Amino acid sequence: MRSAGTGDDIMNYTTETVVIAVAAFLALLGAAFAHDHLFAVHMGILSFCLVAGTILLMRRMDFSAAGTQVRVEPSGYFDEVVRYGLIATVFWGVVGFLVGVIVAAQLAFPDLNVAPYLNFGRLRPVHTSAVIFAFGGNALIMTSLYVVQRTCRARLFGGTLAWFVFWGYQLFIILAATGYVLGISQGREYAEPEWYVDLWLTVVWVAYLVVFLGTILKRKEPHIYVANWFYLAFIVTIALLHVVNNLAVPVSFLGSKSYSVFSGVQDALTQWWYGHNAVGFFLTAGFLGMMYYFVPKQANRPVYSYRLSIIHFWALIFMYIWAGPHHLHYTALPDWAQTLGMVFSVMLWMPSWGGMINGLMTLSGAWDKIRTDPIIRMMVIAIAFYGMSTFEGPMMSIKTVNSLSHYTEWTIGHVHSGALGWVGMITFGAIYFLTPKLWGRERMYSMRMINWHFWLATLGIVVYAAVLWVAGIQQGLMWREYNSQGFLVYSFAETVAAMFPYYVLRTVGGGLYLAGGLVMAWNVFMTIRGHIRDEAALPTTFVPHAQPAE
Amino acid sequence: MSEEHRDELSGVETTGHEWDGIRELNNPMPRWWVYTFYATILWAVVYVFFYPAIPMISSATKGYLGFSSRAELQQDLDQAKLGQAQFHEMIAAKSVQEIDADPTLREFAVSGGASAFKVNCAPCHGSGAAGGPGFPNLNDDDWLWGGDLDGIQTTIAHGVRYDGDPDTHVSEMPAFGEILKIDETRQVAAYVWSLTNTPSSAALADAGKQVFMDNCAACHADDAKGKVDMGAPNLADAIWLKGRGEDAIARQVLAPRHGVMPAWQGRLGETAVKQLTVFVHSLGGGK
Repeated sequence: MRSAGTGDDIMNYTTETVVIAVAAFLALLGAAFAHDHLFAVHMGILSFCLVAGTILLMRRMDFSAAGTQVRVEPSGYFDEVVRYGLIATVFWGVVGFLVGVIVAAQLAFPDLNVAPYLNFGRLRPVHTSAVIFAFGGNALIMTSLYVVQRTCRARLFGGTLAWFVFWGYQLFIILAATGYVLGISQGREYAEPEWYVDLWLTVVWVAYLVVFLGTILKRKEPHIYVANWFYLAFIVTIALLHVVNNLAVPVSFLGSKSYSVFSGVQDALTQWWYGHNAVGFFLTAGFLGMMYYFVPKQANRPVYSYRLSIIHFWALIFMYIWAGPHHLHYTALPDWAQTLGMVFSVMLWMPSWGGMINGLMTLSGAWDKIRTDPIIRMMVIAIAFYGMSTFEGPMMSIKTVNSLSHYTEWTIGHVHSGALGWVGMITFGAIYFLTPKLWGRERMYSMRMINWHFWLATLGIVVYAAVLWVAGIQQGLMWREYNSQGFLVYSFAETVAAMFPYYVLRTVGGGLYLAGGLVMAWNVFMTIRGHIRDEAALPTTFVPHAQPAE
Repeated sequence: MSEEHRDELSGVETTGHEWDGIRELNNPMPRWWVYTFYATILWAVVYVFFYPAIPMISSATKGYLGFSSRAELQQDLDQAKLGQAQFHEMIAAKSVQEIDADPTLREFAVSGGASAFKVNCAPCHGSGAAGGPGFPNLNDDDWLWGGDLDGIQTTIAHGVRYDGDPDTHVSEMPAFGEILKIDETRQVAAYVWSLTNTPSSAALADAGKQVFMDNCAACHADDAKGKVDMGAPNLADAIWLKGRGEDAIARQVLAPRHGVMPAWQGRLGETAVKQLTVFVHSLGGGK
């Protein structure tokens, strides 16, 4: 039994162990009485994970008298879960990038499809979920739990609940990914997991909200720091989006199939209301929270403008939620909804750029660090890509532009300049900031490797995005090209064949980005192990060569 | 606001709070940012005035311009149809020979046929109409069912061995596995191959000639050049639909595979079939 009153960092998780063991047994029952074969396999996987968890917890169990296992961290903050989160972020990042390179190669070389489990159709959601939810989600949870403690001067609320959030979220990722490969899918973009996995994520997400909000409520600072507004907006809105988009009726409570309560154009709009705000609140608001803490910390400069932060925060939150219909231009969606989606997207331009201005201008007085500090350089390029893709987005939402860009590779290029450039780079910056601090190291194992990572990733993004811009515009122009007699010039198959060189090049761009991710993984691993690489220091000052006057 | 505090480097006042060492400057919002934001809002208001935008109880505001994407599409389609209408009328009224003889009409038909071909025919016959194993090449002058305009039109309109059309081309080569001995099959395969290539054994090919005359010549003709009215392929040219070499020929003799082509008249309409006919005929092999 867990004894109360011994502090909230007890390492003897008796109750938790029992609960997980019972859950493992229930999952096994679910497998035995499954309505369909896929559900049985999925429950078997769940049971396996839970049994492994039970065994791991039991091996750590300390049978000495209760009350002697209190181990409060010297800082007073609950950082062990952040350390796990950082490792998970790096791990899922590499997995997500790798699957991305594989699916990119499958597009160029269809022979690489291995039916049925490793087909493009099943691996593509593995890639998107791995990078958005596994890599991005872990990065957001991990940094938010770190930031909220520091900026509130309070230990995480809820004791071991943060562990539940972390492990519960990993379980969600495992169930989602294995489900995709097995062929269990709702077919809703970025929300493919079936009803029971969705329910599980809802429970985990509410626990996350409780931990985060509880910590804010017990803060010792008089005001809530701007980073926490963004994190909180992200957590609350994602909960709302997730629940509404996934409203569905299961065929059987022991089966893997469900049907959405929405249908037709209402369903399409619900899906893009969710899909676009997943971009807005997961990949924009959440990561702006990350930026608002790590950029001032790394630059050691104050945030540029408090007023700008408050105005652009509320404008962003208010405008973003309306922008989804721009994904459904020129469809059965009524014209009025298309208009609103478009005008709100255009009005979103400046609220988005408020974050860019505040991020970049925070560096005023520390611009020299771009030359000397590879971590700052990473953050600056992240903000630059953020600014670029939040200009491109409103532009692409304009119906005239959209009629050319929609359904083409341009959209994929746009998403990746945001995902690789903004989300990826700001996360890498945070990881390089956090790793030495969390493990008590003087600095990262290698500063030169950070520099390598910076250039590999930047080159990768530039190749990827530029290639897909060209590909997308060419594709759009080929689709709409008529000859003088009013006949279409190209067949669809010809436009697909024309994409081949671009598909090869985008795989190369993705490969560079993956290589950067591997360099980071090694750097983080060696830092955690406590090593410092024997290397020449990065040049810190610029020495101009004296030139004789002409 | 708590205590007054200034950033030393910029001299700008901060808000006075500090979170984990982070302060916030009290800079005003950049003017250009504010004015651009206002401009986008103003633009949105103007756009909403001109276009359908605000949902009401049973419908939405129509906007000053009365725009509708459905109407716009219909207008585009009508305009496109109008531009082609006179040609379509002429094509409907004339025979494929007449269309082929009129340079303006022929140009239009080839262009329209190429466009229809890419959508409907390319999946089997390839974008360049070069075919593939089991799918005839339409660029050469080897025609299973006739390569003149009428022949091509009939084939496109009614298809080959297509259940849904009573006028479809029908022919079926029997499975000679039940009729010929295995030796005879090898002999006749060697003979057919020898007509255009070097057989594996001259003796085998010689022996095959009689087998051919007894069993195959009725459809493929004595000189093995095939009979178009029966859809029996020419075996004396070097064009092989199902596969090259004696083994492939032997397999086809033992258990023939038969291709199916859908009838397109009902699906695309007569004018499209006529355009396709002129296009296919123009590829180079038309007779």
